[in-house]
Amino acid sequence: MKNLRGVVGGSVAVVVSAVFFLVPFAFIFVTASKSVSESSLLKFSWPQHFVLLDNLKQALAANDYLMIIAFINSVILTVVSVAALVLLGAMVAYVWQRRGGRFAGVINVLVLAGLIVPPAVVPTIWVLQKVGLFKTMPGLILIEIAFGLPFCILLFRAFIASVPRDLDEAATVDGAGPVQIFFRVIFPVLRSVMMTVIILQTVFVYNDFQNPLYFLPGTENATIQVTLLSFQSQFNTQYNLLFANILLVTVPPLIMFMFFNRKIVEGMAAGSVKG
Amino acid sequence: MASNLSTPDATRVSSSRPARPTPGRKNRGTKKNKGPYPYWFYLVPGVIYGLFFLAPTFSSFYYSFTRWDLFTATWIGLDNYEQFFAEQALVIGLRNTLIYAVMTSGLKVVLGMALAVLLTSRIIARGYLRSVIFFPVLVSTIGVGLTFTVLMNPEKGLINNALGAVGVAGPGWLTNPHLAIFSVGLVDVWKGVGLATVIYIAGLVSIPQDYYEAARVDGASSWDMFRHITLPLAKPATASVIILSLIGGLRSFDLIWSMTKGGPGFASDVIASVIYKQYQAGFFGLSTAGSVVLFVLVTAIVVPLTWWLNRGETA
Amino acid sequence: MRSHSTRLRVAPLVAVATAALALSGCSAGSLGGSSGSDDKTLTFLSPNDDASVASGKALIAAFEKANPGVTVKMEQRPGGSDGDNIIKTRLSTGDMDDVFVYNNGSLLQAIKPATNLVPLDDQSWAGNIDKLFADSSTVDGKLYGGPVGTAFGGGVLYNIPIYKMLHLQVPKTWDEFMSNSAAIKKAGKVPIEQTYGETWTSQLFVLGDYHNVAAQVPDFASQYTAGKDKYASTPAALAGFEHLQQVKEAGYLNKDYASATLNDGLKAVADGTAAQYPQLGGSAAAFDQVAPGKGDDVGFFALPGDDAASNGMTVWPGTSALYIPKTTEGDKLDLAKKFIAFATTQKGCEAYAEGSPPQGPFLSNDCKLPSDVSQVAKDTQAYFSAGKASPALEFLSPIKGPNLEQICVQVGTGQVNAEKGAQLYDDDVEKQAQQLGLPGWS
Repeated sequence: MKNLRGVVGGSVAVVVSAVFFLVPFAFIFVTASKSVSESSLLKFSWPQHFVLLDNLKQALAANDYLMIIAFINSVILTVVSVAALVLLGAMVAYVWQRRGGRFAGVINVLVLAGLIVPPAVVPTIWVLQKVGLFKTMPGLILIEIAFGLPFCILLFRAFIASVPRDLDEAATVDGAGPVQIFFRVIFPVLRSVMMTVIILQTVFVYNDFQNPLYFLPGTENATIQVTLLSFQSQFNTQYNLLFANILLVTVPPLIMFMFFNRKIVEGMAAGSVKG
Repeated sequence: MASNLSTPDATRVSSSRPARPTPGRKNRGTKKNKGPYPYWFYLVPGVIYGLFFLAPTFSSFYYSFTRWDLFTATWIGLDNYEQFFAEQALVIGLRNTLIYAVMTSGLKVVLGMALAVLLTSRIIARGYLRSVIFFPVLVSTIGVGLTFTVLMNPEKGLINNALGAVGVAGPGWLTNPHLAIFSVGLVDVWKGVGLATVIYIAGLVSIPQDYYEAARVDGASSWDMFRHITLPLAKPATASVIILSLIGGLRSFDLIWSMTKGGPGFASDVIASVIYKQYQAGFFGLSTAGSVVLFVLVTAIVVPLTWWLNRGETA
Repeated sequence: MRSHSTRLRVAPLVAVATAALALSGCSAGSLGGSSGSDDKTLTFLSPNDDASVASGKALIAAFEKANPGVTVKMEQRPGGSDGDNIIKTRLSTGDMDDVFVYNNGSLLQAIKPATNLVPLDDQSWAGNIDKLFADSSTVDGKLYGGPVGTAFGGGVLYNIPIYKMLHLQVPKTWDEFMSNSAAIKKAGKVPIEQTYGETWTSQLFVLGDYHNVAAQVPDFASQYTAGKDKYASTPAALAGFEHLQQVKEAGYLNKDYASATLNDGLKAVADGTAAQYPQLGGSAAAFDQVAPGKGDDVGFFALPGDDAASNGMTVWPGTSALYIPKTTEGDKLDLAKKFIAFATTQKGCEAYAEGSPPQGPFLSNDCKLPSDVSQVAKDTQAYFSAGKASPALEFLSPIKGPNLEQICVQVGTGQVNAEKGAQLYDDDVEKQAQQLGLPGWS
């Protein structure tokens, strides 16, 4: 009985999810595979002439292979800033949660402010110029770190609260210093929430287009999302190329997803609700 | 209930207090225990955050009291705030912001919970379903916005064609002024419900099975069990979903901008898009004043709510 | 000391992190080729629409050919208000390219030319350019913009075969326009195409009507700038909003007016689905791409007003010009000036026209239109030659409310009526004037 219900319920869910979640992606795929004129009809149909590869090639080759440079830039930006966010966010959250004290209230306010206040563009550029990092990748990375920290700290803090203090204490008794305790004892325990932080921040940084647009201007510095934005106005007569671009932009998350699918859903689950 | 909302305690508003305050650890203020938790861990992140976020933000507060064209700034006191509140789009924007935030977080709670219950029950293809629902979370907002703008095209779009095939005349999803904000909200839910579902799955999995067994022995129906076990015990998850999606909803901008740019007319403007348009128009002081207003609004809603949700949890 | 030893141990980690940051700095963008900063290289910032990019590239190629050893690198930015933002941000932070393309008229004033741009009065070409263009590129008595491309009109693109088939005359008054539209509707065609999916296209009925406003209220521009004349209280100015309302209420619009885009509209008027499309003449450059081979089926007439005698076209004396920011100095400045001067020569104009076909007269008096120009360009030229052309209001006044396009969509979709729309726009204008700190508006 129960199994029958599972099969029926599951089948219904599969059909419904296919309509709601797979069709939009299928639409991206078929539109990216069509010729210019066919794609402009915006129909959800199998292409008469399947020219996906040509379209992808054209999209990649547009503006002197800007896409490829943008891919490299996006990967550097995402990897470095997410790595830094994980490390720094965990450090702050650890001391904040464990020690409390005078600074705890201040940090609480700062973290909340960071979540809520929209950043101010022009004064930020002035700061970047003063320290000589405007229009540089390290500058943009530091910006992404500054804007992403509050959220990371919050996630880490929630999780660290569930890590027993006995762990730190045992390590202290064994004579370990703060850095050793943090890296050898606490950091490894944070694995599942770390997955959450990594995924969410990767999504955030990779998909961000406003910050690169302002803080890293210049064609040769483009990131993936910025190219998508400029293709939107450039290819407004060529839906097939526009969707070929969307398809290309969606590939890296798709790959990440296929490799880490299980871990992602489990890690998200473990990390997002306090233990 | 109302009394619960008064005087939020600033040190408790974060979504989490230590879930397990270890008893007998009250003496952590003593010198001996400070050891493993050095303040210099704050140093690097503090410098980055202070330099690249706090300093510019504080200086921008100053500019909210000026007429500022990026080249020169003239002090004009509260004029910008006055003008911001006199903006006709603001009334629409304020209403839409609240509608959007409440609608998206409400739907994410309901659908997220429903999907999580479904996906933790014994059905086939669970792994596939979890994946397919979660994937949109990872996809670029602009890409999603562009795709759905095309799908929602009133004449040629797939959605209305499909509706037409079953004899329903589809509406102008994004072109009908009364509908546009809801259509964008639906796309937001589409993209974000995966995250809510996963958070709920985590919450549901952590509920001990014994409770259900016991209830079943007592002859409780499925609905009773959901109502009296699942719902109350998933409250931390509900709190996370509400807070995350409410902050997101109140600040939301990307999706609205890529789909309607606040249109038709001003019909789907939210506060964030009003601010952005003023920024685009070169009213930098005015738009900064708008950011301050948005900040106050989000704080006024989210802080008490967080406090209240967390309070309920320990009570 | 225990803490001492652990601090040492963490050092390598910090070093690795720092190195990663530093490395990332080097690799980003180095694929893009050497960003040469020698004196023979200019950077040129262009809007990223197809036409601007194509004509900019053609201009660069011709310039490089005429000046061996010189390289001009094109950078691109989005158009519209996103572009405004980028221009302002980069100017205010001293990070502008050596030469850039930007609007003249009211938008030019908003980027503070006196503080940010190099004046070009002393250039040899300065006395030899279109008067309207020179006026709208001059701020406080100094010329800042170099001419690029052509002037064009704002009016109605119309499908010539439909007009011929129904034996219609080009309308000289609003009433004729409406009765033409009635006839077209009767014949089963779409009388008037509107494309609110791209909001800016909604403004034509208001902006393109300015020739008629000026005919009835000659000092409107100055009175409006001084805060005395308002759209809502000046019948001639209100007419544009009323027209928007009328065409909607008469049911003359295409069915998908709320979601259609510029390209949809151009396609419709070129292939004869729709008969008339209020638009900028410059948009006709896209016919080749949107409706290949149909471009010559489309003509262009001025938006008609009440009086046939004063019929004439509202024109945009070049929506954009070439500017040099103050941050361009030394040899680069000379090279930048040379580049702008080149754009005013026949060779420069021809190169530009190669990239995107001209839709109106060139702005430099040294340039002649080729003989095989589009019908739209010929029709526009006729208004210029007859002296029946006035510049749009945005070239006569620094104030243009930023929300006009949204307000026009509101009126055009029936969300508010014309009077209300005009009032909303007056409020919008007031805000802009206050932000500009103009006298008489506090």
